[in-house]
Amino acid sequence: MEQIICKNLEIGYDRKVIMGPLNIIINEGDYWCITGANGAGKTTFIKTLLNLTPIIGGAINLQNELKQIDIGYLPQQKPYQKNFPASVEEIVRSGFLNKINIRFYYNHHEKELAKTTITKLGIAGLEKRAYGSLSGGQQQRVLLARALCASSKVIILDEPIAGLDPVATQEMYSVIRKLNQEENITIIMISHDILHATADAKQMLHFDGNGKYTITHK
Amino acid sequence: MFELLKYYLSFSFVQYALIVGVLVSLCSGLLGVILVLKRFAYIGDGLSHVAFGVMSVAMCLNMVDNMLLTIPVTIIVAILLIKDGSNRKLTGDTALAMLSVGSMAFGYLIINVFATSSNIAGDVCSALFGATSILTLSSQDVKISVAMSLIVICIFIIYYNKIFTVTFDETFAKATGIKTDKYNLLIAVITAIVIVIAMNLVGALLVSALIIFPAVSAMTLFHQFNYVVILSGCLSIFNSAAGIIISILFSTPVGATIVMTSVATFFILKILSLLIKR
Repeated sequence: MEQIICKNLEIGYDRKVIMGPLNIIINEGDYWCITGANGAGKTTFIKTLLNLTPIIGGAINLQNELKQIDIGYLPQQKPYQKNFPASVEEIVRSGFLNKINIRFYYNHHEKELAKTTITKLGIAGLEKRAYGSLSGGQQQRVLLARALCASSKVIILDEPIAGLDPVATQEMYSVIRKLNQEENITIIMISHDILHATADAKQMLHFDGNGKYTITHK
Repeated sequence: MFELLKYYLSFSFVQYALIVGVLVSLCSGLLGVILVLKRFAYIGDGLSHVAFGVMSVAMCLNMVDNMLLTIPVTIIVAILLIKDGSNRKLTGDTALAMLSVGSMAFGYLIINVFATSSNIAGDVCSALFGATSILTLSSQDVKISVAMSLIVICIFIIYYNKIFTVTFDETFAKATGIKTDKYNLLIAVITAIVIVIAMNLVGALLVSALIIFPAVSAMTLFHQFNYVVILSGCLSIFNSAAGIIISILFSTPVGATIVMTSVATFFILKILSLLIKR
């Protein structure tokens, strides 16, 4: 089932095209791994998908009742977040924010769902812990849990394993694999780790850095 | 000493001072957490200098109520400063430094040239350091301060979760469809309001202490957002109430006393947190 169709999509910033035209069809249950050199447009591409950066040319069509808010996002960590006074629970729950428009606080159902998601990602028991006191791998899983609360259809991950040690990296990959295989969540991931990331990915998108791209289906 | 305190508390201007002090400091305590975490603490400082410049204009115009001019102008400046502050070409802190020293100089200059008051030095000193102004609040000032404080507190309670998300991770919030610009605008407006009403309490130069100290003190002890916000609000109320009472009993300048109380509570909490960690 088609979810996202990029048609002659041109991406860039400050009205300058750095990549395109792209023609890509993303289907439900896909696992895309985006690779390429720095500055080739990987981050710009996902930011365009997330509607954070305006489209320069062409179009992105969301199919089969997929809405913009159904696309979850795991951004790269920002340095100031390391010391931010917030508990795991508070961060994960904030993923529901786009669903509580008129209400101002989270309801019982959402709190339960947040708890289930925390357990699913193997960070149960850390709910009340401060985000800054967790290991890098645990922090990433907290942010992934938040992304899952925001969406259970498509998740976009921006270098989810950056800065993780080998064990945490493998754990992170297995969590992502599980979400893709068991829950049929579409994964779109940027990674520098070509060797391991490509083992799980079903589709590869490589940006060459000169405006060209290659797609490989496995 | 309690007899003396009781005697003073029977005066309506002292009661006014305490009411305004508690409400304003509750606002600044809540807002401080956001500003410190968003790395906007310096914006609060800059805005207070801008507010001083505007207040000088109001003084020269012999306006009965200078807040009617200072609040709108400061809000406009705050919006311009906070609006997409992260990706502006001229870096925020440079622009802000220019703006704040500029408005300080402008304010002092026009007071000296145009003001009709016989005690210019006294006026300037009280605008900068608060001096005794909290004890000379008119009932109109009290009404405006109380109304503005209640608005700020209500906004904070209603939008608590959204404010948290926008503060913790603006990119994520935006990606999931939260109108982050709207909330940044909201934060800018309440920052300006809090700064202007807090200026009556401690003066333009000391306003940022009221915003920064409670938040930073609360963060040394707690690492969960809701606890930090609550403790920051409580600490801020305590600092102001204690500061006002001490200043009445020992006739010290009210603004400086509140700030010194804040400094003291910060160090007490810092030591407490070090003891807990061991």
